[in-house]
Amino acid sequence: MHAESLPAGKAAALKAFEGMAAEPGVPKPDPILVVDNVVRRFGGLTAVNVNHVEIQRGSITALIGPNGAGKTTFFNQLTGFDTADEGQWTFNGQAMNGVSAYKVARKGMVRTFQLTKALSKLTVIENMRLGAQAQKGENFFRGLIPGLWRGQEDEITLQAEDLLQRFKLDAKRDDFAGSLSGGQRKLLEMARALMGNPELVMLDEPMAGVNPALTQSLLGHVKNLRELGMTVLFVEHDMDMVRDISDWVIVMAQGEVIAEGPPDSVMSDERVVDAYLGAHHDAPLSAEEEERQLHEAEAELDKESTE
Amino acid sequence: MRRAVIAFTAFMGGLIFVFLAGASTAWAAEGEEVKGTLRIQGQPVAGVKITVATDADAPVGEATTGADGAWKVAVDKAGSYKVTLDQATLPAGKALRDPNRGTLTVQVFEGNARNVLFGLVDANAPPQGQQGDGGGSSYWTRVAQLVFEGLNLGLIIALGAVGLSLIFGTTGLTNFAHGELLTIGAFLAFFFNTVVGLHLLIAAPIALVIAAALGWGQDRFFWGQLRRRKTGLISMMIISIGLALFLRALLLFLFGGGGESYDQYVAQAGIQIGPISATPKSLIAMGIEIVVLIAVGLALTYTRLGKATRAVADNPALASSSGINVDRVIRLVWASGTCIAALAGILLGTTQNLNFQMGQQVLLLMFAGVTLGGLGTAFGALVGSLVVGMFVQVSTLWIPPEMKTIGALVVLIIVLMVRPQGILGRRERIG
Amino acid sequence: MDWTLIFSRAVEAGIGSEAIIYALAAIGLNVQFGYTGLLNFGQAGFLAIGAYAIAVTVSTFGLPFFLGVGIGLLLAVLMALLLGIPTLRLRADYLAIVTIAAAEIVRLVVRSVALSDTFGGTDGLQAFSGSFYDMNPYPPGEYGIPPIIGFDNRSMWVLTVGWVLVALASFVLFMAMKSPWGRVLKAIREDEDAVRSLGKNVFSYKMQALVIGGVIGSMGGFIFALSRSAVQPDLFSTDLTFYAYTVLILGGAARILGPIVGSMLFWLLLIFIGTGMEEAVNSGAITFITVNQVGAIRLMLVGLGLMLLLIYRPQGIFGDKREISIDAR
Repeated sequence: MHAESLPAGKAAALKAFEGMAAEPGVPKPDPILVVDNVVRRFGGLTAVNVNHVEIQRGSITALIGPNGAGKTTFFNQLTGFDTADEGQWTFNGQAMNGVSAYKVARKGMVRTFQLTKALSKLTVIENMRLGAQAQKGENFFRGLIPGLWRGQEDEITLQAEDLLQRFKLDAKRDDFAGSLSGGQRKLLEMARALMGNPELVMLDEPMAGVNPALTQSLLGHVKNLRELGMTVLFVEHDMDMVRDISDWVIVMAQGEVIAEGPPDSVMSDERVVDAYLGAHHDAPLSAEEEERQLHEAEAELDKESTE
Repeated sequence: MRRAVIAFTAFMGGLIFVFLAGASTAWAAEGEEVKGTLRIQGQPVAGVKITVATDADAPVGEATTGADGAWKVAVDKAGSYKVTLDQATLPAGKALRDPNRGTLTVQVFEGNARNVLFGLVDANAPPQGQQGDGGGSSYWTRVAQLVFEGLNLGLIIALGAVGLSLIFGTTGLTNFAHGELLTIGAFLAFFFNTVVGLHLLIAAPIALVIAAALGWGQDRFFWGQLRRRKTGLISMMIISIGLALFLRALLLFLFGGGGESYDQYVAQAGIQIGPISATPKSLIAMGIEIVVLIAVGLALTYTRLGKATRAVADNPALASSSGINVDRVIRLVWASGTCIAALAGILLGTTQNLNFQMGQQVLLLMFAGVTLGGLGTAFGALVGSLVVGMFVQVSTLWIPPEMKTIGALVVLIIVLMVRPQGILGRRERIG
Repeated sequence: MDWTLIFSRAVEAGIGSEAIIYALAAIGLNVQFGYTGLLNFGQAGFLAIGAYAIAVTVSTFGLPFFLGVGIGLLLAVLMALLLGIPTLRLRADYLAIVTIAAAEIVRLVVRSVALSDTFGGTDGLQAFSGSFYDMNPYPPGEYGIPPIIGFDNRSMWVLTVGWVLVALASFVLFMAMKSPWGRVLKAIREDEDAVRSLGKNVFSYKMQALVIGGVIGSMGGFIFALSRSAVQPDLFSTDLTFYAYTVLILGGAARILGPIVGSMLFWLLLIFIGTGMEEAVNSGAITFITVNQVGAIRLMLVGLGLMLLLIYRPQGIFGDKREISIDAR
């Protein structure tokens, strides 16, 4: 490791994680998000059952796990898009369970989606403007009088153009978001999330469906978030990417956190290997596992068909 | 696609042509008249004298209700007329609901046949609004009777709702034209019964076969094409509204706005079974309904096609990838759904007047049944419909009969607040 | 065939009270369906509330006219809240079913015999528009462009007030949709989860759209009641809602002028075809149908038109296909 050449954010994050025990639920020195006993069941299936997890402020933390591990469901619980059956979690010390999705976002915890939700029938710049918080013109009556919100709108537009430039989308400013490529949409969604100046950015599979040429630039943007003082928690399947950008890795399997640790060592953890390959990789799938996989496939298809 | 639409339109056009010859006899008479049909609990009342006079009490004419309860008096010009029901000629045990409304003043517009309604009640039954505290056996007789009628209504709704729910389940379409499928079934049978002159027992099966073909064709040439064009579900929902308006107007065009009835099974004396009085035809109708519903349930549970249908309803993409021909399943669902709806229409037609709005009038109740049971689950639709039918009838114990539909709709809204997934539905997963 | 009559009736319908009523109903639907993607199938209920509020306040209770207007607006807000609270968190089709049910409830209540002392039963209510026509600034006489357009002074007053309301509603909507508020609505139409993730209270915005659309609809009800000086329950059947949808889609959803042009064109065409066919039948040019059946044919055309529009031109006359909402789930 060439500590001198590292950017400040990366160095700070690495320092925080130095010597930390690589075990599930290990306490962090300065956690921004603390999760306790979050459980979510679908019928008889326990999709999420997380005992304790902390996310270090100013770090890039990866959440990995095999298909059906409950990563996205866990995201949904934390961001208020789905109601947890049990458990509590705090963001910056504030209790967040039962808080609705839009309030979670307002508090500075913003997420993106696995299947990009760029609003394709709005232009790129309108997408960006939408991300800004506390807009005066978003009240119906004030909206009727342009004088009340024009000033703020101009500021928002400047901020948006700045971000678009950083994300190399400025040329697409007035295009409909629907005309963008998959990778550009991911970029737009990320840039839009930043319009609200969040403290914690939660990215659900930011690399899925992005063409390899854009991957590097996307990675650069994610790293840059940390340098700007934000905390990043992301779900990812691509191990190379996880190894490249994350400071810390949390591994989920069957709804539970089974391992934690720095990216280099966690991959070789026996529990992780078992989780990915199946604990009895030479034995046939058990009926339960089969059902779980079927369920997962269904959920994916559901997602696709509702898109 | 364009070809398909043209084909569909041509098919509809052909249908009009086929009907034209026969329908001309069914067209409403030209010129002004006042008319009506006397009924009590859906049963016609015959032999009642009705007189019509002008506003200035100059007599215009009189009529006596026929076996089907219908009466008609021609008037020579538009204007205001007094219509009087001679209460002395009412059969024993029947009376006007409101004895003061034996004479009604009605407006007849130019070229209009004005329908006049007299509300009749069983004179033996306790008058409205007082029964609750009367207690005793008559109260329970009434409850039993209402539960029976509720079951009757619920079964009809269920027949319609099962198709509605299966179509929703397999295609995602909320079909607002489903009510018209009932009406079409009823009028197809009417056509073969009164115009062609076949006995209803022969006319009805013919109508059912044609209805099934219509359902199949509807998906083959219309909805299926729209699905292939990737038409959005909300678009399709509104298209179904357009189709409903079109079909309803077509039926109005062909058969006129008045009520019609079949040649057979119009008037039947009620029989008493314990506390319940019922007509044999309604008992047979209920028998048919129960048999059909059980058959549908068994088919869905045990046959390959039924299982395939449920698989498609559960997850079309998965079903397709496991080798099920989704389009074929959907087409069969349309055919059978339309056929069952037509059956519901025919059976409904034996107990009430046929008119071009009869299907639309139960559409909301079908929706209520389907929603109560949980959108897209056929068994839920069945249970939900029975609950709705029962509720509509039994609620008349406490609320005026004219408001019974309101009760069902209010319950629908309340259930949605408490249990949005319906009685048997599943909670949706958020992706 | 009396072509002057045909054209005159068609043009008068295109600018007459019917066009105003459906324009207002469709503007309301435009806020809800066009911009926000909410399927309100109970717009007839909102019109009924507006119409009956005036009629009942003045005719039944003998209270002032403007109190009736105020009550109508208030009740429309209440009804929107009542419908929105249980359903706006649910799937789109639940709102459709609940609103259609609610509109039927309104109609069944006002036509019931039990409440006929208040609402007048199936005959409805009359004699409530006196103070409205007392404000009429037009002296008695015929106005218009003979021989095509001719309105009496009472109609002129209704038309003036009506079109002013249409213009006002459209202007407010125009300003609102240009603002960040409108941006949030359009975003919700497309993907409400995305909007939620950006910190917007989606439920509140949907509710606002439902309320605003309902209030505009109830204004259509005011004009409905005043133009006829009578209200009848069965005028507010679900068909009214569906015609309003046809009007909206014809003109183009999510366009400010869509509902207005749609309504004018809808009535112009409908009456042109209707009167044209009646004339043709009366003059013997068409022999295979009767005058009674012309109405049915007109209805068929509405249904057919609605279907064909959605299949071949879902964006209507004005709409932008790239921005059209109805393909969204």
